[in-house]
Amino acid sequence: MSALLELQGVNAAYGATRVLHGLDFAMQEKSITALLGANGAGKTTTLRAICGMVKTEGAIRFNGQDIRGKKTEDVARMGIAHVPDGRGTFLHLTTEENLRLGAYPRKDRDTVERDLERMYGYFPRLKERRRQQAGTLSGGEQQMLAVSRALMLAPKLMLLDEPSFGLAPLVVKELFGILRSINAEARVSMLLVEQNAAMALDIADQACVIETGRMVLSGPADKLKKDDAVRRSYLGY
Amino acid sequence: MDALLHQVLAGLATGGIYASLALALVMIYQATHLVNFAQGEMAMFTTYIGWSLIQAGVPYWPAFFLTIAFAFIFGLALEYFVIRPVERAPVLAVVVVFIALLLILNSVTGWIYTYTIKTFPSPFPEQPIFGRYLSPHEAGAIGVTLVVLALLYCFFRFTPLGLAMRAAAQNPESSRLVGIRVGWMLALGWGLAAAVGAVAGMMVAPIVYLDPNMMGGVLLYAFAAALVGGIDNPWGAVIGGFLVGVLENVLGAFVIGNELKLSVALVIIIGVLLVKPSGFFGRVQVTRV
Amino acid sequence: MSRRQLILLGVLLAAACVLPFVVSNYRTFQFTLVLVYAIALLGLNILTGYNGQISLGHGAFYALGAYCAAMLMDRAGAPYWATVPVAGAVCLVAGFLFGLPALRLEGLYLALATFALGVAMPQLLKFHALEKWTGGVQGIVIAKPPAPFGLPLNPDQWLYFFTLAITALMFILGWNLVRGRVGRALVAIRDQHIAAEAMGIHNSLYKSLAFGVSAMYTGVAGALGAIAVQFVAPDSFNIFLSIVFLVGIVVGGLASIPGALYGALFIQFVPNIADEISKAAPWAIFGVFMIAFVYLMPTGVAGAIRLLTTRRKVT
Repeated sequence: MSALLELQGVNAAYGATRVLHGLDFAMQEKSITALLGANGAGKTTTLRAICGMVKTEGAIRFNGQDIRGKKTEDVARMGIAHVPDGRGTFLHLTTEENLRLGAYPRKDRDTVERDLERMYGYFPRLKERRRQQAGTLSGGEQQMLAVSRALMLAPKLMLLDEPSFGLAPLVVKELFGILRSINAEARVSMLLVEQNAAMALDIADQACVIETGRMVLSGPADKLKKDDAVRRSYLGY
Repeated sequence: MDALLHQVLAGLATGGIYASLALALVMIYQATHLVNFAQGEMAMFTTYIGWSLIQAGVPYWPAFFLTIAFAFIFGLALEYFVIRPVERAPVLAVVVVFIALLLILNSVTGWIYTYTIKTFPSPFPEQPIFGRYLSPHEAGAIGVTLVVLALLYCFFRFTPLGLAMRAAAQNPESSRLVGIRVGWMLALGWGLAAAVGAVAGMMVAPIVYLDPNMMGGVLLYAFAAALVGGIDNPWGAVIGGFLVGVLENVLGAFVIGNELKLSVALVIIIGVLLVKPSGFFGRVQVTRV
Repeated sequence: MSRRQLILLGVLLAAACVLPFVVSNYRTFQFTLVLVYAIALLGLNILTGYNGQISLGHGAFYALGAYCAAMLMDRAGAPYWATVPVAGAVCLVAGFLFGLPALRLEGLYLALATFALGVAMPQLLKFHALEKWTGGVQGIVIAKPPAPFGLPLNPDQWLYFFTLAITALMFILGWNLVRGRVGRALVAIRDQHIAAEAMGIHNSLYKSLAFGVSAMYTGVAGALGAIAVQFVAPDSFNIFLSIVFLVGIVVGGLASIPGALYGALFIQFVPNIADEISKAAPWAIFGVFMIAFVYLMPTGVAGAIRLLTTRRKVT
């Protein structure tokens, strides 16, 4: 099975500061892969590199196609939905407008309407607040909105940057449960960046650890979870 | 009382024109955080194109719509070829580019069409319908303004493209993440603003006569209206425009006389700004330190 | 300043002193105006470049200084050299007073307020109630002073040296100002005004002072300009003048002392060049030049020179 997403020797820099140093990474279809590491290791930068939001060198391939150097909006149109850190909500638009924007590149109007209803099914609280300004939603609700918006793209791959940030543990559990069922039903692959390694490893199939811009460890999630030495030195628990 | 009513109504007519131009200014400001100082000259130039069409024998309404189409493409082209290359330059440098555009458009128009004043026809009948309170053209101008504003509102509120443009203006980064081509949205915004400006120009030209310098005062009032309404608020721009129009007429007729009309109106507007620095309906910017 | 810079400055000054003897009277007059504009642009730069407050109305202060000089010379028989400091003082106060309410306005709103000032000025000058002093639409004509102490210089040359001396003085003052505590405070307010206030810099005082000093410079320039041109009339001080000043500091280089000189050269000579290229649409050509400069040198001539010289130092 060829990899869905492949990074080879990727360097990324913000101006003069290099953050990723020859990163190598591969991800299979239909998997949930956790990307772990300490603060500042380069996890967010990896996601941004995939989406063309930062200057990169090296090879990035999606479904065999070279996407490095493509504009962010073109990467999105290829079926990669990015839930950025900070959520990136359109604060002054309504909840429903946010969701509809998620489906902007799609041409199949009827399926889009059905998907909208499906999102409301997963997250009933969004339906309640559909005409409210998105900026007035709580942190947890905005996170659900961000995830739903990404799903409205009908993506093949979802990139999630710290979806548990600022959320109460119960809410995180609910959210991750929904992510797992979406992965199972809709076969959407997910790349999950998390500082909360424990929760991420609970739902992931594969896991990788980044340290100062390099991939230092990768393998099946339950193996990493069970390995005490790995957990203590790389994941801090 | 009679005269007051007439001035107020006439003020609403010119106010509608200020409102349209102010709206164009706000549209570009929302998308780029820049004030397009050349908006007035763009409107003036496209109005001259309309004049040429009519001179060439094209009937009024076809010429009207052709001019709007021309203005749309003109605005698009300006954004793509002139403004986009300096996107990343310091703010004041971009201001200089706008001023340069203003000078170029003004000068080139004067060169092609000379500075002799020309008449621009009004599509509305000559005979007074509303008595002495409102001339048919003034009433027509109010009508056209309202139609344009309503169309724009519906476009932005109810169409996917309008939604995408609003999103691109508010949050370009997130817009890219959902696949919106932000560059295109910007160009479209400029095209729309230019088209709205053309309508404003064609409505004001019959009143003030066609002349390369006709939009100078109008732009100033539009700028002031946009600020009084809150530079990031389209509704504010519209209300501000009507307010400024009425204020100008009433003050000019009853208080200061036409000589000092311009400066006094401006001074009053600044007085308003001192009381409410971000305009009546503007969002007070709360910045995290 | 480094030894190299001092030598360059010396050469420049020497050349400036020799100039009136090698070119025509008209050219000398043009260069006098370059010096006048340089003072005005330095003033505007102190406010906008160093302190970040945009002014689209500095033409009004220029006009104020010019009319001060003209009215004092024509109506009160004052000697020309006395009108310059008076114009400066009047504009210092006027600028400071304008700066006070302007404190509440930021960015675009300040731009509008100053723009209104610039637009209103010609109308105010034409106001019939003030005609007795301002000369109304026709303005005031004044005489060019002859060289004093029987020096062998014609009036144009004398005026050039007079202006040169004042320009040098104003530039030295300005240079000291921006290099010292005041200058640093101004820049701090421009870049991080909340932090500046937190550090104990009295923002309102400095910002109003910046307005005052900037207006003073422009007023001095206005007075000198009036004497050089021998004529003041309301329509010479319209909003275009303010706009041209802004263009001057952007092209010359914001927050830069030599930038004022480059900008002055630009606004004095490029319109002439534009006029020669196209009699029919000179402002269009001027606009093209403006766009070209911004595309090629977004940080102004001073910024471009700085880039070139630092690069050479690295290699």
